[in-house]
Amino acid sequence: MTSLPQPSDVKLGLVIDLDICVGCQACATSCKEWNTGGYSAPLSDHDPYGADPSGAWLNRIHAYEVTTDTASKTVHFPRSCLHCEKPDCVTVCPTGASYKRAEDGIVLVNPDTCIGCKLCSWACPYGAREYDHDDGVMKKCTLCVDRIYNETIPEEDRVPACVKACPTGARAFGDLGDPDSAVSRNVAARDGFNLLDEFGYEPVNKYLPPRFNSVTPDQVLPAPSEPVPASNGSAIENLFAWVDRALSAKG
Amino acid sequence: MHPAYSVILFTTASGAGYGLLFWIGLAEAFGAMPGGRWIGFAMLTVALALITVGLLASTLHLGHPERALGAFSQWRSSWLSREAVAAVVTYIPAGLLWLVWLAGVDSGATPALGVAAAAGAGVTVYCTGMIYAALRTIRQWHRPVVPVIYLALASGTGALLLGLMMALAGFAVVWTLFAALVSLTAAGLLKLSYWQQNDGDPGRYTAEMATGLGHLGTVRPLDPPHSMPNFVMREMGFSVARKHALTLRRTVLICLFGGPLGLIVLSMFTPYDAGFMAIAVLAAGIGVITERWLFFAEAEHVSMLYYGAARA
Ligand code: SF4
Ligand code: SF4
Ligand code: SF4
Repeated sequence: MTSLPQPSDVKLGLVIDLDICVGCQACATSCKEWNTGGYSAPLSDHDPYGADPSGAWLNRIHAYEVTTDTASKTVHFPRSCLHCEKPDCVTVCPTGASYKRAEDGIVLVNPDTCIGCKLCSWACPYGAREYDHDDGVMKKCTLCVDRIYNETIPEEDRVPACVKACPTGARAFGDLGDPDSAVSRNVAARDGFNLLDEFGYEPVNKYLPPRFNSVTPDQVLPAPSEPVPASNGSAIENLFAWVDRALSAKG
Repeated sequence: MHPAYSVILFTTASGAGYGLLFWIGLAEAFGAMPGGRWIGFAMLTVALALITVGLLASTLHLGHPERALGAFSQWRSSWLSREAVAAVVTYIPAGLLWLVWLAGVDSGATPALGVAAAAGAGVTVYCTGMIYAALRTIRQWHRPVVPVIYLALASGTGALLLGLMMALAGFAVVWTLFAALVSLTAAGLLKLSYWQQNDGDPGRYTAEMATGLGHLGTVRPLDPPHSMPNFVMREMGFSVARKHALTLRRTVLICLFGGPLGLIVLSMFTPYDAGFMAIAVLAAGIGVITERWLFFAEAEHVSMLYYGAARA
């Protein structure tokens, strides 16, 4: 059924902290690794180490440069399906294969009924859906629906693979429909925002803004002074201190 | 947007087929069909063949054509599903009319069947246009004029075909020429307005909005997420150089509108000579395929904001 359900109270989604993300791609590779064996398995992967790699990825990490009058900043920018509240990617689907779950708001493609017409990918402004030419069906982020409710894996693993993999803690998973959840509180505290809010699909996933350094390049910075370790007065310490001074003076 | 040849073939061939069906249906309803039933039968066969070839071509670009039955289920929300339903429903009156003419039974129902077939043809083409016009992600398509252009072009190309076949059969049916004249003129003017609207619209959305980083400064892509183009870039990122687009627009104006309109007027003075109409059909065929290719190639998708487009 591709008509949208009544908005659910539970809105599962991700919060991505652009201030922390370092663009390491761990979430993207981990996503691919889990999902090529998961709900939408397999994810096509052609010539992965060759000259012309191609394939379906559900999470992609861009890097942008943000420039102000005085400074530029690199922002690593993970982008995946935002599990929107009012997305046309669901309503345009002729088969009902593209649907939004009434119970938790996850947007999924049923790989058994999708005819591969690609219309849903045309309706997504975020470029979040990728057609799998091998399978002939559309692939997209499932929010790891096969992990988060999976009772056969340890409880601490019941989060999306990307969240589990992120080494910096830039990704958080939770219920954005609950204003008291940790993710919602963090979004409120950090001025979390929607991507392309103007478009009106009402994404569930939120992004936290990068902070600009308080130091800008036109400020003159004091030369870093090297801390001189206090000597304990022993002969060997004095020798090292003398060698160090002698070498520094030459350098 | 990437112009898929199957979709171009589908929308142009079945568009002309539905246009032809529309005019045959109306002609039958108003008793304006010259000649015996075999003339009608032959022309209806051509219309149904064009429609069927188009529909089959459209399933070629599906990943799973064998599951196509599912596409009839979501007519409540999906224009693609509505199009599928309308296409199949239209086969009922059109097929019955075809059978009645084939069997030669003297049935009083043919005018009603004609009206129903004509209405079905119109609805189906309208749904095709709405598949594109409903997509808010592509500003060039998201315009009320888009389904009207689809209708006018189907009507124009269908009437041209009808005029050619009538002339081949030795009938001087001036109203088919007028139908083609009016439809193509309307389509041409609407298409000019469509291009004008698009040329004056740089797009409402920016890379700053897409990334949500606009309050910090201007945004430009630094590193793409991958070393080679992905599906989204190939499908949504296809674009045609402005210079080529202008050449192709001129081709459309000449082949689809100017040329055929002149030839129609000429053939009004030589009604039994199919020569002018044959050239007009040929030119319009080239023109409408070019028009459809451009329709895709000039369309820009909002998702390209993540891949370097400044506006969309
Ligand atoms: S991000 Fe795209 S695919 Fe995901 S729900 Fe929103 S519109 Fe649909
Ligand atoms: S590609 Fe599949 S999920 Fe997407 S609109 Fe077509 S049938 Fe629906
Ligand atoms: S794993 Fe974390 S830090 Fe690495 S790219 Fe993904 S979100 Fe950014």
